[in-house]
Amino acid sequence: MRERPFSVLWLQSGGCGGCTMSLLCAESPDLMTLLETAGIRLLWHPSLSEETGAEAVGLFERILAGEEPLDVLCVEGSLLRGPNGTGRFHVLAGTGRPTIDWVRDLAAAAGTVVAVGTCAAYGGITAGGENIADACGLQYEGTRRGGALDGAFRARGGLPVVNVAGCPTHPNWVTETLMLLAENALAAEDLDVYQRPRFYADHLVHHGCPRNEYYEYKASAEKPSDLGCLMEHMGCLGTQAHADCNTRLWNGEGSCTRGGYACINCTAPDFEEPGHAFQQTPKFAGIPIGLPTDMPKAWFVALASLAKAATPERVRRNAAADRIVVAPTVRPTRKG
Amino acid sequence: MSEEPKRRLVVGPFNRVEGDLEVRLEISGTSVSAAYVNSPLFRGFERILEGRDPMDALVVAPRICGICSVSQSHAAALALGGAMGVEVPRNGLLATNLMTATENVADHLTHFHLFFMPDFARPAYEGRPWFDRAAARFKAAQGSAVRAATAARAELFHVLGILGGKWPHTLTLQPGGVTRAVDARDRVRLLATIRSFRRFLEDSLFGAPLDRVLALAAAEDLERWRVSGPAGDFRLFLEIAADLDLAHLGRAHGRFLSHGAYAGPDGGHLYRRGVFADGREVLFDPDQVTEHHRFSRMAGQDRPHPPFAGSTVPDGLDETGYSWCKAPRLAGLPYETGAIARQLVDGHPLIRALVAQDGGSVRSRVVARLLELARTTDAMEAWLRAIDPAAPWCVAAEMPDTAQAVGLTEAARGALGHWLRVERGRIAGYQIIAPTTWNFSPRDLDGVPGPLEQALVGAPVQEGERTPLSVQHIVRSFDPCMVCTVH
Repeated sequence: MRERPFSVLWLQSGGCGGCTMSLLCAESPDLMTLLETAGIRLLWHPSLSEETGAEAVGLFERILAGEEPLDVLCVEGSLLRGPNGTGRFHVLAGTGRPTIDWVRDLAAAAGTVVAVGTCAAYGGITAGGENIADACGLQYEGTRRGGALDGAFRARGGLPVVNVAGCPTHPNWVTETLMLLAENALAAEDLDVYQRPRFYADHLVHHGCPRNEYYEYKASAEKPSDLGCLMEHMGCLGTQAHADCNTRLWNGEGSCTRGGYACINCTAPDFEEPGHAFQQTPKFAGIPIGLPTDMPKAWFVALASLAKAATPERVRRNAAADRIVVAPTVRPTRKG
Repeated sequence: MSEEPKRRLVVGPFNRVEGDLEVRLEISGTSVSAAYVNSPLFRGFERILEGRDPMDALVVAPRICGICSVSQSHAAALALGGAMGVEVPRNGLLATNLMTATENVADHLTHFHLFFMPDFARPAYEGRPWFDRAAARFKAAQGSAVRAATAARAELFHVLGILGGKWPHTLTLQPGGVTRAVDARDRVRLLATIRSFRRFLEDSLFGAPLDRVLALAAAEDLERWRVSGPAGDFRLFLEIAADLDLAHLGRAHGRFLSHGAYAGPDGGHLYRRGVFADGREVLFDPDQVTEHHRFSRMAGQDRPHPPFAGSTVPDGLDETGYSWCKAPRLAGLPYETGAIARQLVDGHPLIRALVAQDGGSVRSRVVARLLELARTTDAMEAWLRAIDPAAPWCVAAEMPDTAQAVGLTEAARGALGHWLRVERGRIAGYQIIAPTTWNFSPRDLDGVPGPLEQALVGAPVQEGERTPLSVQHIVRSFDPCMVCTVH
């Protein structure tokens, strides 16, 4: 047994708060039950805690003075360096000091630093366009290492920043990461090349997508609300996106592709600038530019044309409808 | 006669609001004499949107805010749909209403249980007749009502799991309707979720069938509920509000704006659009909306900016501005927005009576929100019953090369508008005015304070308080969303 609860401090900067809002959707068990039973104590969280103003700043100061041990610093939202490197696009209220400076100091005091969401991990949507706020992630700027913290940063416990990327994060990507850390069961090799926990990042959104049969035949949706595969025309990156959305599911039964729209690869660095309209698939000579992960192009082209030719009428017609218009044939079951 | 000595207090980080907030107070004697509200985070979403394919707004705009995400999505879809000239089919409207209502209802629930009520469980209130009950139910992150509401909220969001794929940040809402059709099975599953949520409201929050809440019509009805009504957290709040005189705390300018919420498939809104001021309701004219940058750290401080011609050029060196928030004004005047404004404009007799008595106050804002929670939950079941699974959900449409349109909707915390301009097929201008931009605006060109700044004047400050409780109650009574405010 631990001598004291595993302590977590949560700060928010240049983000939307959506990862916290998503975290509160944790179920079976709910967030509070999960944290308590895992021995995890939220020292302070901007949406949940009683302490406000001077009480909260007092806590940050006690942590920096070494009077309050900090096991995990969770940061939600990108870190803002602008304008002109001053960080003043986000001054932590009541302190007159840029949040990015608070985060750097507190990161040095934390056992592990966790980036909650793609903004905190890589910069995310806030770094989109001309990136007027000069937003970056904790340890990355897009795909490049080095952000608010140095590329070589290691927290006291030895890990680089743990990037629980996602826009938003699934509640249980966060709770499971925290539980693994509390058990000292998350090592450097459990993180992928962009430092995302492999327990969810070693999967593809394509896995478990209910549109798989349409994908197999390249029977494609052509307009919003069509049932067909969203890859060929509607911008879906599910075959390339690292996450377990279609096997884990969201808010009960959901996922992006189950909601009828494209996966936009929101767990990836630079997802905010795909180089084309999000809901349109860029093509070259009629072939989608982004091929399924690990698939050689020649095979994709060959299989796609073969599959299209072999598409059953049922699949072809359902793909362009918003409901099943042709049911699968019921065949007599053969016994023995 | 000498003036009373003034002292200053800077309050922040202001938690249990969405996003970051700092309030600077001037205190004379035992009360606030002036307040300056600072939104300390600037991200620049309007600039992130400029130059993009217009349809990308459906991806970018929701990410302004993780708590008003579907509302941001809806405002974007309405602006795009307006530019395209597309009509959403009946099913699409009903599904859109269900989605925006789910978020708004969940936000009202979250606000009351997680953000607002925990302040009454603070040790400073020990000894009050209601304190033990407030502490048991609402201690931050621990109280039994906090936990129960969190669980009920998570379950309610299954509506958006089905209709939206996930929450927050869905792409289901499109200019021409929704991407997710609802079949007969989905419909009954959604009904089960909403009815279960209704049961939570009846068992825990109100202690009575929703019909009894919907029947509240006069100030006397509310008083009877406080004295002898059913046991529940609503009555506990009324008891606390009476003891602490929350009906006389936090009065703003007395002008209210609602964009209108939940479009009816046959026209109009469930909660109608309009403006309520000086005891009368008048029509809302979006062309009368401008933003002032006088005390914002933004270029263009010398003149009002109509949103279609608006700009977002932050000035990091500016010393006269004290917030990244602009100051929206309707015909030059500040307006309060939120559930209280929606219910006032809609003519709800109880809210009209409360505001006629005491103006907008901490108590009337919270009562309006809880009343609306009941009304909207009730409406959700009716929309589900009105769905025709055999009819279409979405129509395709093309974006012209040049167009402009405004998308007006209501987030939980009030009026939300997106002003979109398309040129040469790209976004040429995108200006957003969010509810808390209205409510927490800084002073304007005439030096007139924003609604919260006004509401804080007169707030009592106790000896030794560094974060005055009265200020916290007033701030949180608006249910602020700071990430939307500046965006």
